[in-house]
Amino acid sequence: MERKLMKGNEALAEAAIRAGCKCFFGYPITPQTEISAYMSKRMPKVGGVFLQAESEVSAINMVYGCASSGIRCMTSSSSPGVSLKSEGVSYIAGADLPCVIINVMRGGPGLGGIQPSQADYWQATKALGHGDFQLLVYAPSSVQEMADTVTKAFDLADKYRMPALILADGLLGQMMEPVAFEDVDISFGDGSDKEWAARGHNNERKHNISNSLYLKPDELEDRIVERFKRYDVIKANHTEAECYKTDDAELIITAYGSVARIAKAAVDAARAKGIKVGLFRPITLWPFPEKELKAACANAENVLCVEMSMGQMIEDVKLALECKKNVEFFGRTGGIVPKPSEILAKIVEMTQKGAE
Amino acid sequence: MMTETILAGFGGQGILFAGKMLAYFGLMDNKEVSWLPSYGPEMRGGTANCSVCISDDAVGSPLVTEPDVLIVMNGPSYDKFINDVKPGGIAIIDSTLIETKCTRDDIKCFYVPSTQMAEEQGLKGMANIILIGKLIKETGIASDEVIRKALEKIIPPAKAQLIDKNLKAISLGMEV
Repeated sequence: MERKLMKGNEALAEAAIRAGCKCFFGYPITPQTEISAYMSKRMPKVGGVFLQAESEVSAINMVYGCASSGIRCMTSSSSPGVSLKSEGVSYIAGADLPCVIINVMRGGPGLGGIQPSQADYWQATKALGHGDFQLLVYAPSSVQEMADTVTKAFDLADKYRMPALILADGLLGQMMEPVAFEDVDISFGDGSDKEWAARGHNNERKHNISNSLYLKPDELEDRIVERFKRYDVIKANHTEAECYKTDDAELIITAYGSVARIAKAAVDAARAKGIKVGLFRPITLWPFPEKELKAACANAENVLCVEMSMGQMIEDVKLALECKKNVEFFGRTGGIVPKPSEILAKIVEMTQKGAE
Repeated sequence: MMTETILAGFGGQGILFAGKMLAYFGLMDNKEVSWLPSYGPEMRGGTANCSVCISDDAVGSPLVTEPDVLIVMNGPSYDKFINDVKPGGIAIIDSTLIETKCTRDDIKCFYVPSTQMAEEQGLKGMANIILIGKLIKETGIASDEVIRKALEKIIPPAKAQLIDKNLKAISLGMEV
């Protein structure tokens, strides 16, 4: 496979098309606008649809409609724009429809800034909208993974009839790295393989309705309980994580997305000083790879969670470890990307404290 | 082995393009590479910069904070980055646009009047590429074959005549 240089945003867009995403509904916002730009160039050439909506709210509701017909579709935005989409995301989850949503995070809250951030972890994994529901959440860490995770996201969204989110950040969206795509013929399904899809059927069957309104509590409870049974299957089968030098590690760093690669540089620098450090990188943020984390930390005393936020994933880390390990935090926020040297300083501080 | 470079200057000087060319040298040499641009308010009518990493192994942080090599094409960027260059590193400075001389004795500085050279040689707007030529000479980061392959990748066929112009700019930089 030929490697070429692409921005993370562009690689993700190309991979979505190759995964059969026929319709893209976008609205520009830094730092993810290249996704829209790429889609606007490419979609007309391959027989897909690029549509720039008049707002983020419109774009997500177009996704709701398109997903109802069984066609693979996607929207993308960055933090403030994703908040605007939250009502639509909740409706899509309530109607049990598959789609893919991209959040290329920037600093918040409010309009915040436009530089990279990971401050939407809670929003993505706990509550992107009201009600009892979860999203599948993937956290790519390289341009190649921006491409690879979007394919998985479409497949699992379809399989479990739920929205999937790619949680990236401005660093991953804007940077160029080598990326390779497998040769595939681009083909878009028409939704006919989905028996629930609301599409033409010449009156040969009962019509399908996509809806999230259930006024009878017992009916609504049944729907939610059924949905959570699907979530249990996902939790049991689809957690993903990467372990880097964790086998003999006395200190485990947990980090996801772009920060994980910076942490990896810090791990190498610490190893060069003879400190036994490893990195645990969740690739799925929901479901959170609890078993994998526990196993990776089996021989470690200390855990250091590094994020571009004031500390959000750290709560899931502590929960997974049942507070049996010492878990500390290092983060930069507001659009500041941590340096490997800063993480290394924290590693040294923690290991020296342990030695005293 | 990892070479980390920062290229910096005004928007419109081809800073991001020069960085992309450098990244393609690495790609064509089967190395791991990353290219990260500055994005945001500083781009609009102000300074532009990008980080390029070329490495034998996977690139960790794509954001370069202590470059081995600095290519700099305006005063504000010189002031911002010159003290970040790693001891033992090099700085390649467009001396047409930057009059300051570096007082650090732990880095090697090369003063190339690239903007003036470009104008005199009928290569207006290619001062950035002349500086890339100087970088190749000082670091040996790209062979002739790699340079040609990279140029063929980044210059679209419709503008193929620009390949020779870029080669000319690179060789000018290498002769300084």
